[in-house]
Amino acid sequence: MGMTEHLDWTAFAVFVFFFVLVTVLGFWASRWQAGPKKEAHLDEWGLGGRNFGTWITWFLVGGDFYTAYTVIAVPALVYAVGAYGFFALPYTILVYPIVFLIMPRLWHVAQKAGHVTAADVVYARYGSRALEFAVALTAVLATMPYIALQLVGMEVVIKALGLTGEVPLAAAFIILALYTYAAGLRAPALIAFVKDLMIYVVVLVAVVLVPTKLGGYGAVFSAAGEAFAAKGGATGLLLQPQQMLPFASLALGSALAAFMYPHTLTGIFAAKSADTIRKNAVFLPAYTVLLGLIALLGYMGHAAHLTVKSNNDIVPALFNALFPSWFAGFAFAAIAIGALVPAAVMSIGAANLFTRNFWKAYVNPQVTPAGEQQVAKIVSLVVKVGALVFILFLPTQFALDLQLLGGLWILQTFPAVVFGLFFGWYRATPLLIGWAAGLAGGTAIAFADGIKPVHTFAIGDGHYTLYTGLVALAINIVVATVVQLVLPRRNAEVVGPA
Amino acid sequence: MRLLLLLPFVGLLWIPFYNHELPALFGFPFFYWYQFLWVPLTAFLIWLVYRREREEGDA
Repeated sequence: MGMTEHLDWTAFAVFVFFFVLVTVLGFWASRWQAGPKKEAHLDEWGLGGRNFGTWITWFLVGGDFYTAYTVIAVPALVYAVGAYGFFALPYTILVYPIVFLIMPRLWHVAQKAGHVTAADVVYARYGSRALEFAVALTAVLATMPYIALQLVGMEVVIKALGLTGEVPLAAAFIILALYTYAAGLRAPALIAFVKDLMIYVVVLVAVVLVPTKLGGYGAVFSAAGEAFAAKGGATGLLLQPQQMLPFASLALGSALAAFMYPHTLTGIFAAKSADTIRKNAVFLPAYTVLLGLIALLGYMGHAAHLTVKSNNDIVPALFNALFPSWFAGFAFAAIAIGALVPAAVMSIGAANLFTRNFWKAYVNPQVTPAGEQQVAKIVSLVVKVGALVFILFLPTQFALDLQLLGGLWILQTFPAVVFGLFFGWYRATPLLIGWAAGLAGGTAIAFADGIKPVHTFAIGDGHYTLYTGLVALAINIVVATVVQLVLPRRNAEVVGPA
Repeated sequence: MRLLLLLPFVGLLWIPFYNHELPALFGFPFFYWYQFLWVPLTAFLIWLVYRREREEGDA
């Protein structure tokens, strides 16, 4: 059973209706939740006026952290390998105790001094332009391929509608770029309401109706189990012994990295209060239930006996096979809109970084808040066009590889961003050298493995496989600690806290 | 109180504890429903810590 090659008019009409709806919302958003400050200011465009309460933050971070690519890629991995793909579940559970402990503190520091990015916080804490630059550069590099992957998510559903060529994708992205330019963070925050409600409807309908069509969850799991037994290799409904350590280390490493990305941090900085963030750590796990259910779509693909050319096609193929075309169109619109929200927030986060930690730091230190906003708006356009060009002209695998490395890279900013919030022992130079060692070491290991997320160490007779990002973080912290201990104290006066 | 937040890490990172098919629940092998169960459990633990800290005035 393949994808429909012909345009499905019903599905297409439903899809276009919702796409137009969010486009209108996106442009209208510039007037929504406008604060008392009417003048142009980066806080307004880049952080929605720093005034998002519990509900808006819940929809925004939920819509932004659980991306369209996740909806496509997690079930694809589960379809391909089984239990191992479920590391996304412990990952998106463990992230919340971490958010609860760290992010209210980061918010307080940022709020007091008017910081817009993590690199701002680092510069204020350590007074080191070099460390600020390291954190900002890492964040931008890690985000660019992530934006590109949202386009991959959109591409998959556009193809499933039966549309061909690159024009629809480019058109959708250019519309997104325009309303993000106009409305800033308010656009994705408003669209997130629509997107998240649509995704909840799609997933709830799918997890209730699909198993009844396929003979219940018992039948879904046993069909998947049989498919993996026939396939062999490192697949199955349970983890093989050698998969346990990579599963656990991927979950932990990803959870530590998740809120170091500019798109998730932008949601944090835009919150109205620290209490807003604490409440969200309690309520955001609702999205994790959704993600777990989405992951199960991979097994439903086996139960429906679907075969696809690319694993990423499994979710659209499932909807096309089991649902009337109007509902398939609704589901594809949900996924496509699900790509717009994170792509918008990511480009805003990257634009904020460029403006604050490059433009203001090196080009124009006297830039006004209104000038900052103008720079950030233009950069957000450039970033989105860059991601579009990336996807249209470079192989998709390149974006996938870079996104994987991006996760490893962003994790290396954790010590610089987080440690200073809790204790003041580390100085800037040790943290910078640790960052460089983790980044270089981790990237070298990943390249030596052929850009795989995990690395196998042979110690004696045993083989231990770990998430490379976590290994790099260990290198990072060990090097920072050693340098901190051996570096003469005198240097502390030069690079010490500002 | 914050030590409660370590429980999800113990419960989810010690894989041999839950890498089993049985007991199944509503057709879900143990491996799956056990992980799903940790979602509300973790939210509840965070809520307990949140409530306590707000009473103490830390929040």
